[in-house]
Amino acid sequence: MSSTDISINQDVHHVHEEHDHHHDQNFFQKYIFSLDHKVIAKQFLFMGILWAFIGGFLSILFRLQLGWPEATFTFLEPILGGWVENGKLNPEFYLALVTMHGTIMVFFVLTAGLSGTFSNFLIPLQIGARDMASGFMNMLSFWIFFISSIIMFFSLFLSTGPAAGGWTVYPPLSALPEAIQGSGSGMTMWLISMALFIVSQLLGGVNYITTVINLRTKGMSMTKLPLTIWAFFLTAIVGLLAFPVLFSAALLLIFDRSFGTSFFLSDIYIAGQALTNTGGSPILFQHLFWFLGHPEVYIVIMPAMGLVSEVIATNSRKPIFGYRAMIGSLFGITVLSFVVWAHHMFVTGMNPFLGSVFMFLTLIIAVPSAVKVFNWLATIWRGNIRFTSAMMFAIGFVSLFISGGLTGIILGNSAIDIQLHDTYFVVAHFHLVMGAAAFFGMFCGVYHWFPKMFGRMLDEKLGFVHFWATFIAVYLVFMPMHYIGIAGFPRRYYNWTGFETFNIFTDLNTFISIAAILGFSAQFVFLFNFIYSIFRGRRATENPWHSNTLEWTTPVLPGHGNWPGEVPTVYRWPYDYSKPGAAEDYIPQTVPFSQTQSSNLPSERDFE
Amino acid sequence: MITIAIGLSIILLLVILFLLFRIGTLTSIFRGSTERAAGTTKTSNRVNSVMLLLFLIVGGGAFAWSFADAWDDMTLPLASVHGAWTDNLFWTTMIIIGVVFVITQVLLFFYSYKYQHKDDKRAYYYPHNNKLEIIWTIIPAVVMAVLVFGGWKTWTKITSAAPEDAVVIEIMGKQFNWMVRYPGPDGKLGVARHTLIDATNELGVDFSDPASRDDIINPLQIHVPKGKPVLLKIRSRDVIHSVYMPHFRLKMDAVPGMPTKFWFVPSKSTNEMANETGNPDFKYELACTEVCGRGHFAMRYVIVVDEPEDYEAWLEQQTPFVEQNPQVLAKFTSENAEQAVAEAPQVEKAEEVKTEL
Repeated sequence: MSSTDISINQDVHHVHEEHDHHHDQNFFQKYIFSLDHKVIAKQFLFMGILWAFIGGFLSILFRLQLGWPEATFTFLEPILGGWVENGKLNPEFYLALVTMHGTIMVFFVLTAGLSGTFSNFLIPLQIGARDMASGFMNMLSFWIFFISSIIMFFSLFLSTGPAAGGWTVYPPLSALPEAIQGSGSGMTMWLISMALFIVSQLLGGVNYITTVINLRTKGMSMTKLPLTIWAFFLTAIVGLLAFPVLFSAALLLIFDRSFGTSFFLSDIYIAGQALTNTGGSPILFQHLFWFLGHPEVYIVIMPAMGLVSEVIATNSRKPIFGYRAMIGSLFGITVLSFVVWAHHMFVTGMNPFLGSVFMFLTLIIAVPSAVKVFNWLATIWRGNIRFTSAMMFAIGFVSLFISGGLTGIILGNSAIDIQLHDTYFVVAHFHLVMGAAAFFGMFCGVYHWFPKMFGRMLDEKLGFVHFWATFIAVYLVFMPMHYIGIAGFPRRYYNWTGFETFNIFTDLNTFISIAAILGFSAQFVFLFNFIYSIFRGRRATENPWHSNTLEWTTPVLPGHGNWPGEVPTVYRWPYDYSKPGAAEDYIPQTVPFSQTQSSNLPSERDFE
Repeated sequence: MITIAIGLSIILLLVILFLLFRIGTLTSIFRGSTERAAGTTKTSNRVNSVMLLLFLIVGGGAFAWSFADAWDDMTLPLASVHGAWTDNLFWTTMIIIGVVFVITQVLLFFYSYKYQHKDDKRAYYYPHNNKLEIIWTIIPAVVMAVLVFGGWKTWTKITSAAPEDAVVIEIMGKQFNWMVRYPGPDGKLGVARHTLIDATNELGVDFSDPASRDDIINPLQIHVPKGKPVLLKIRSRDVIHSVYMPHFRLKMDAVPGMPTKFWFVPSKSTNEMANETGNPDFKYELACTEVCGRGHFAMRYVIVVDEPEDYEAWLEQQTPFVEQNPQVLAKFTSENAEQAVAEAPQVEKAEEVKTEL
């Protein structure tokens, strides 16, 4: 279907800038069940933003409990109803909040919202394709994600609550409704939702990979691809290999829960009776889960790395330093991400020898990550930096990635992890390195590509307010968590007042909660800016950032098929910024070397 | 009434903010900043770059101050031999990453400030430098290798087999408390099976096993002797729990169907620690660190480290479970004693195999 549209597009010679040529498409075809990758990307973005606000709101609820453990929360009754008992939050509901916050943020926002938005939007535009390889599969990917979202959302309103065994849903807790209420219908819906989510991810991933391999425009060799595309491409491969394993784990868990099998259950006595399950291993689930779970954090962070690399290069007006090393480090991370999963399991009773092996592999992965940071620093060195909102978020990303990434070296060390495992040190670590950092990558992408998505600019001043409020809040929330972690505070605790060892730092916890509330409030600045600018923002030009990549050669609002007329040919890599001898400080990829004689390096000439 | 007043003032505030935003937009249009390339506006660039530098200085200062301020609270007193090794490793690594942290953050913010946009300037075209890249690949690799080696040596020592003469204590997690069992004078824990659990026999001990007859169950506190190896045999009867003794730098999951273990040597008695911390009521605590349900945050047990002779004296005073609850034993001997005895060795074998997994 999309191919017929495209041929129409190619034949029409455009004299005006508007591209609603598809008179045969009705509203539903154009905006709801659209096959256009740009519309699907926006659908993912809207869903991602919606989910981010829900996930953020849940975290504010449990931060209230942690910040003011003695307070009464009767004022929350209108929202939470029966979950507030005598002014106190129900401890099981607290766990449900933590669980859903994790699930929503990791999967629905930072996987679907981030990869779904930018892979869909940028892959065809940056490689010079009319659309995704399969527009239909792409549409299916969104709508299956949508169904999965609805199921997950609905589970929040069950009388027994949503899944509550942590986002890692370790059985037996997640398998036995007797153990916790949330493991009843809430967990069933969690599993169904996740199964659908995985299907959606696989449909999307296959499409991204195929498109990048097959549909690159003339001249766009793999080594002329922007780093964004490399990041999306490798992310899709990681997802394609890792998600099916989570699917199998979910499937086996469904069997254990509903059909009496014993994959993960053994020797259990609960609710006054001994279960007949025998021979299963809860550790098996953890292996299966983390075989996805660890690559998952790279699925979250690699697209952000790609977006940030592109934005830093554009706004520093410099080529990204070490383009090939950047690709190489992405490759390194991709491969290593599959062989480090058991560092989440050092103290689960797993054979200590495995612990040694996984410690070794885990610490190796610090090397490509370090290379990336050094290369970003080298890119801004002696640049001519334009502080756009996107650039601010890119700088924020690098800062957060350093702060959070370094503590990974501590946690990856099995001997040190004995003490720190499942404490707030871990919480601080991963929120900085994959939570906040990936969010910053996502914001960076939204601010940078908003003009191409909606034809208008986001307000820069509001962007700066949003950046500074968020950046400061993130550090105020997560830096102090390290102290609490070093002091040994365990995760997922409703309160710590029962322990003498943990009966300190109450002021610090209140402080963190206040910072979290301020940080969350700042997101409404973004929400206002986003909605307002879609309708009333300043009109964008075709290439507002003076960027080199292909998407900026399309019209202000690219129509179905992206380029009116022929798809442009690519002659050079995407990072010819501030090339000595060139007239402008940027040379788009579509400019042949024959037109830039004054700036060509000795090896650079056209092949025709 | 107050709610309405608050609501109105919030709305008013939002309206004012919106108007400010509109005014700001209009003035920037009149100033002509929209005609310049995005991101090259002088004021914005200056403000943002100065803010970045300020963030580095003020933020760095605040971090250093708060770290120092929290120091006394966050450094937990240490009470085990292996804990000294892991603490040492932790702080060594912290210093290394601290140095990297400072260097990279300073460079990031300082470069951002220094190389802010100037109209008359052009960025330096510097696409790559292989030598530089090789250097900064190898340096982290070498540092990592050193850290891995240190970690691996410590990890191997900690997870090595417990000495033969270790004091054995069984800890079983359940929703939502811990059950503790000492093997008694014979030094052997009796066989236990989850099918034998009932309201009295919460550990599911098979009392037809002779080794179980002298087992001491659920003392008020866990007592361990100072300076002697202690082997914790850990299991769970319902969901996964995790035995966490922060002062001993000790953590191991309690997994249903798969017994785990951890051994350590306590290095300071409770009294010594009370003197050291100046807190006469000091108590070593055991907490759960694997989410296990509603009462996860309340699974507390107290551990007492005694001088060895005090420990022996304490152990003397404990009475075996069967003496306290003779009716439990009666049930076993009358019903299926022979069968249970016959089964016992097999079950124990199966458990041993699993323990070595």
